[in-house]
Amino acid sequence: MSALVTSTERLQRLLALVPYVVSRKVVGLAETAAAFGVSERELVDDLNLLWCVELRAPDPYCPIDLSYEGGEIVVSQAESIARPLRLAVDEASALLVALRMLAEVPGLEDRSALSRLLAKLEDAAGEAASVSSQVAVQVDMPSGDGPDGLAAQLGAALSAGRRVHLRYYVPGRDEATERDVDPMRLLVVDGRPYLEGWCLRAEGVRTFRLDRVLQLTVLDQASSPPPEATPVDVDQGLFRPSPDDVHVELELSAEGRWVAEYYPCESVSDLPDGRLRVMLRTPDTGWVRRLALRLGEDCRVLSPPALVSEVHQSAAAALANYVV
Amino acid sequence: MSKRKTERLLGLVVCLLSTGRYLTAEQVREAVPGYPEQDDLFKRMFERDKEDLRDLGVPLETGLNHPFDDDPGYRIRQQAYELPELRLEADEAAVLGLAARVWQRAELAGAAAGALLKLRAAGIEAGDEPRAARGIEPRLGTPEPAFGPLWEAVRDRRPVTFSYRAAGRSEPQRRELEPWGVVNRHGRWYVAGWDRGRGAIRVFRLGRIAGAVKFCGPAGSVTVPDGADVRELVRDWDSAPARDHTAVLRVRPGTGVGLRQHAVSVTADETEPDRWDLVTTRFADVGSFADYAAWFGPDVVVLDPPDLREAVIRKLKGVLT
Repeated sequence: MSALVTSTERLQRLLALVPYVVSRKVVGLAETAAAFGVSERELVDDLNLLWCVELRAPDPYCPIDLSYEGGEIVVSQAESIARPLRLAVDEASALLVALRMLAEVPGLEDRSALSRLLAKLEDAAGEAASVSSQVAVQVDMPSGDGPDGLAAQLGAALSAGRRVHLRYYVPGRDEATERDVDPMRLLVVDGRPYLEGWCLRAEGVRTFRLDRVLQLTVLDQASSPPPEATPVDVDQGLFRPSPDDVHVELELSAEGRWVAEYYPCESVSDLPDGRLRVMLRTPDTGWVRRLALRLGEDCRVLSPPALVSEVHQSAAAALANYVV
Repeated sequence: MSKRKTERLLGLVVCLLSTGRYLTAEQVREAVPGYPEQDDLFKRMFERDKEDLRDLGVPLETGLNHPFDDDPGYRIRQQAYELPELRLEADEAAVLGLAARVWQRAELAGAAAGALLKLRAAGIEAGDEPRAARGIEPRLGTPEPAFGPLWEAVRDRRPVTFSYRAAGRSEPQRRELEPWGVVNRHGRWYVAGWDRGRGAIRVFRLGRIAGAVKFCGPAGSVTVPDGADVRELVRDWDSAPARDHTAVLRVRPGTGVGLRQHAVSVTADETEPDRWDLVTTRFADVGSFADYAAWFGPDVVVLDPPDLREAVIRKLKGVLT
């Protein structure tokens, strides 16, 4: 048993274990161990502990009777703990907040299932549900989310399994790119929607921010991502550094600190007067050059040297436009 | 972890659930094995056990069987303890699976897993990835360290204090807040509530909280006013101001894609032979639109209004100094 499991955490598991078996009447050791994320040995320890519970007054008795002969668990006596404990506030909130967020995502096919589930869980959670209304997540949807809107079109393409054509804006290069994409999933990460798909131009899996899609056309061809199109593991983050990335070092004034909140930085260190030094990695420094122009005196590019001179040249060229 | 403690707590739960009437501490000691003989040791241990059970969400009640009883008694009502009967259709179970994955690596991941375990114990299996391969996959992160304590404070209605670095400020300031709720907007977490120092409703961005969030009052001491809508408070705080000014820009052909997208009009600039375009667009305030225009570098020149033009020139000079 993991040394990190506290007595109350184990109690929580035991209080779920009894109803788990009761609601299934008979259930295998291996299956149960897997469901609770413990080894079979740990599970047997749990079962023995339950079986040994004894109350002494008024007369001694054992409230729980069970067996696990032949690898099959049966609880024949569970008395008052045959049902699981109610959802705690944290537990109810985690599910309800997530469901309410899902309800805001357009293109979700199972909208009726979602509202039925929401109502059932609110009901089951009772009072524990009330705090969940104090946590809210707003999903940013691109403009025009009517029936002809982008998200609706994308939802249709996903469920019909059709290829789409995108006009997609890349702000860092100030470029509108044209590409055909075989949609795989609609990702909603931290309230922001992305299309994940096989980009035929890049011959790779790409994620596209929906608010940067200038135009989307559903094509007649079927979407057929190749077998090597592996979905992005969203739990590892959408932006992953690559060995080819350039390291960029910036110094920001107090006014420029937002950069560290907005862009994923590899390191951030505080300097006097609220200034910051940040290090970021990027495959393309074009957007950092633009960012430096945008920040003016609130940002100094420290390295790489090539970028430092690019920023200077670009600012000088831009200023020259103003000399009449 | 102590096996003896788990055994004792389990016995305590079963004992208090099985009794119809309130049991005094003394009666509990007689019924549940594992409590020490010495009175003071027992008292301390029993107090801690009650607290542990309440932390788990076990609805432990205190009361008297008879108005003239000296010592309070304890019990757990079966109805208050049990998860009510719940049945899910297959499509509802699929959505449940989706919802449970939302927090994956975030602060409430453990809570979501705990909820799922209880539902499973009630015989409900959440759908596992039926639509994950082709459909929608939602995730929420809580990278801000302040999320955990602030969520607890909101849940338990406790006031907090923290130091906060407002936008553009060089030094953080101490704030004391009665938190009403936390909201995620544009992927960032905010807390809204009553700022005691300012005597006003305030919204704070969690990412700008420097250092630890500390509780500064007991649980239950914060009252969220009726009708307070934290979502709306954060939306108002963060909402984009109206674009009621007009700018005229010269834009190099084939560039300024983002600008053109929201333009009022785009026409060819006939005054110069270089075939640049004249783009007319609306903007909210000079400062942030100057930032935006500078992003395009030598591809965009502000012609009008003069204060916007000056702001861009100042910005570009700032790069060169």
